[in-house]
Amino acid sequence: MSSVATPAPGPRRRRHRRTKLQRRQTRIGWVLLVPALAVVAFVAIYPLGKTVYESFTNQEFLAGLEPTKWVGLDNYRTLWHDPAFRHSVWVTVKFTLITVSFEFVLGLIIALVVNSHFRGRGLMRAVMLVPWAIPTVVAAKIWQWMLDDVFGVVNDLLMKLHIISHPHAWISDPATSLASVSAVDIWKTTPFVALLLLAGLQVIPRDLYEAADVDGASPLQQFWRITLPLLKPAILVTLIFRTLDALRVFDVFFVFFGNRADTQTMAIYAQGTIVQDGHVGYGAAISVAIFLIISLFVVIYVTFMRVTGDDE
Amino acid sequence: MLGLIGAVALIASLAATVGNARPTVAKKSNAIAAPKVPNAAAIKKKYGGQKITFVGDSVGDGNKRDTALAKRFSRDTGIKVSVVPHPAASDQSYAQLVRAFSQKSSSIDVAMIDVVWPGAFAPYLVNLKPKLGKQAKLHAQGIIQNDTIGGKLVAMPWFGDYGILYYRTDLLKKYGYKAPPKTWADLFKMAKKIQDGEQKTNPNFAGFVFQGNAYEGLTCNALEWVASAGGGHFVDGGKASINNAKAATILDAMRNQVGKTTPRGVTSYQEDQTEHAFDAGDAAFARNWPYQYGIGAGATSKVKGKFSVTTLPHGASGGPVGTVGGWQLAVSKYSKHKDAAIEFVRYMTSPAVEKFDALTNSNVPTILSVAKDKAVRAKNPYLKPAIASVPRVTRPAKFFKTHYNEASKIIYQGVNQILNGTPAKSVLPSMQSKLNTLLKQK
Repeated sequence: MSSVATPAPGPRRRRHRRTKLQRRQTRIGWVLLVPALAVVAFVAIYPLGKTVYESFTNQEFLAGLEPTKWVGLDNYRTLWHDPAFRHSVWVTVKFTLITVSFEFVLGLIIALVVNSHFRGRGLMRAVMLVPWAIPTVVAAKIWQWMLDDVFGVVNDLLMKLHIISHPHAWISDPATSLASVSAVDIWKTTPFVALLLLAGLQVIPRDLYEAADVDGASPLQQFWRITLPLLKPAILVTLIFRTLDALRVFDVFFVFFGNRADTQTMAIYAQGTIVQDGHVGYGAAISVAIFLIISLFVVIYVTFMRVTGDDE
Repeated sequence: MLGLIGAVALIASLAATVGNARPTVAKKSNAIAAPKVPNAAAIKKKYGGQKITFVGDSVGDGNKRDTALAKRFSRDTGIKVSVVPHPAASDQSYAQLVRAFSQKSSSIDVAMIDVVWPGAFAPYLVNLKPKLGKQAKLHAQGIIQNDTIGGKLVAMPWFGDYGILYYRTDLLKKYGYKAPPKTWADLFKMAKKIQDGEQKTNPNFAGFVFQGNAYEGLTCNALEWVASAGGGHFVDGGKASINNAKAATILDAMRNQVGKTTPRGVTSYQEDQTEHAFDAGDAAFARNWPYQYGIGAGATSKVKGKFSVTTLPHGASGGPVGTVGGWQLAVSKYSKHKDAAIEFVRYMTSPAVEKFDALTNSNVPTILSVAKDKAVRAKNPYLKPAIASVPRVTRPAKFFKTHYNEASKIIYQGVNQILNGTPAKSVLPSMQSKLNTLLKQK
């Protein structure tokens, strides 16, 4: 977006007439791209376009005999004043901020640990991925039982350790709901963050550290001056992945809270509106709004990445 | 995006169903064999070899029963029936059918539908009157009327339901009570005393359990509380009535019990959690549907012979009531094997099967002669007139028609919010206005 203003009169004159070979290669390139583009159009552009179109209609499931009508911006006007949607955005953003920051810090620590040399490192790297390998719905169900106030093992442990005196309903009590659902997401997704960062760590050349050792830099200095700057691309990719994932969180909330009003994320609200209430048109408008909110985060990240990229 | 969300929801609801399923334990009381199919040879000749899909029960031992009956039906008639349990929360199950019907899907042939759904689904269901009209005369006429939309019989009654109170006879005696509670205030008092005593040896013990999760079951529970306290039926005379002092009083009274005489987590309980708590011996009182009776009296129960049932308590001004529940079987208009599907419904809603269901699963028969049957009465004490004749209250489905699911969501989300700690007076006004807005959308 920032490149719109760059004046660039030069390049056009400098470009040579393309040779026959170049043109043929371009053509082959396009031919090879067509299948991929067709798939993208079919699985991404078509559904997106359809969703945008539906968001301007009053389409309903079970509308019976009523025909679907074009309603212009009505859905968006309602959405703008919809307190339930605003609340769901707030819940989702809070969840995203909490989980992404914890996952990043913990993931970085784990990545640094398993990147160092110690016995059983290979085993450790495999074991750490276990939470990530369990399907979210299954993991959420297990945690729901473990956090139960009557027969949950978490309360039992905390009481035996005398940390709490009475069992606590971690999921049901609104005061701890968001914390418990965030904890489960952090437990599950930190390994993924660690894995991405580990990949980033492994491409940092070892001789940089050797040189730093020779120059007498402390481990902490090495971390701040070598590791962190060189890890920046991996960090940004990780943060983008996690933020986008967290913003469209559905499954763990759905298992934990079902249709509870105060814990609806954007995706839960959209699903409820479309699937349960049958308001396809309004639900499409919510989906488009979610799409725009997520795009906003992408733009912020990409801009940030470009800015920092230019520095180097 | 829509498709993706739908797919995730489906997987999540499937997993939720699996999660709620009870462990399958062979039971002695289930030794009664599934009844044979009358007229099987004639059916086999006409429709043998066809395949149908039945979206059936998932609560309690419902899936076990469905599978046993479907197996017997397949063996006798040659019609293959694959049984798919629906999501345990009935609003999720409604959503599943909405998706199938709106996509004109032929993947469902027979579906079990809640007593409040025939109005919404009528355009998508086969008129059963021509083929099953005669059998329909055996069933309670009130339910047949409920299932008849615009002169068409769109569903056949399968089993009935009403909310009842389960209580521990041994504990009542132990703590000096001669009779179960008449009012909610009595119940709370008794629950407190029993809980205080029992928790000394069993820290997991709770006085009272019910369905407090934000789902359809809470709408049923809350209707009983409010109606039994003289607070109306959520919608009365076509207008929302939930915002009244009597409703607020009883809802706040319930809120004050959460975490005191109920587990704090009761606000996430559905039927299965309620039944598990009571049948594990961890509760003095439970509100549930009659199906729990059979499981409680079964071999795996810890409270076998130690509990009984009665009508639900009532508020200061009001009388005991029970929310009308119950399930019907319907045939989808988009089914490719409608006739075979109708034969399956004929079998499943026959007197022999209803008797089998009442004896093995303690479900309420909708056929009067079965309900009067001596063996059935003996096994299902909630059928005795003192309990069965209590006024039945109906969820406001007829006012909302195809918007009922949304209306119920407004109700159960609001009540769940109250139970989770928000005073009724700051929730009820917005519930009332939301319901009124919805009533205007026709």
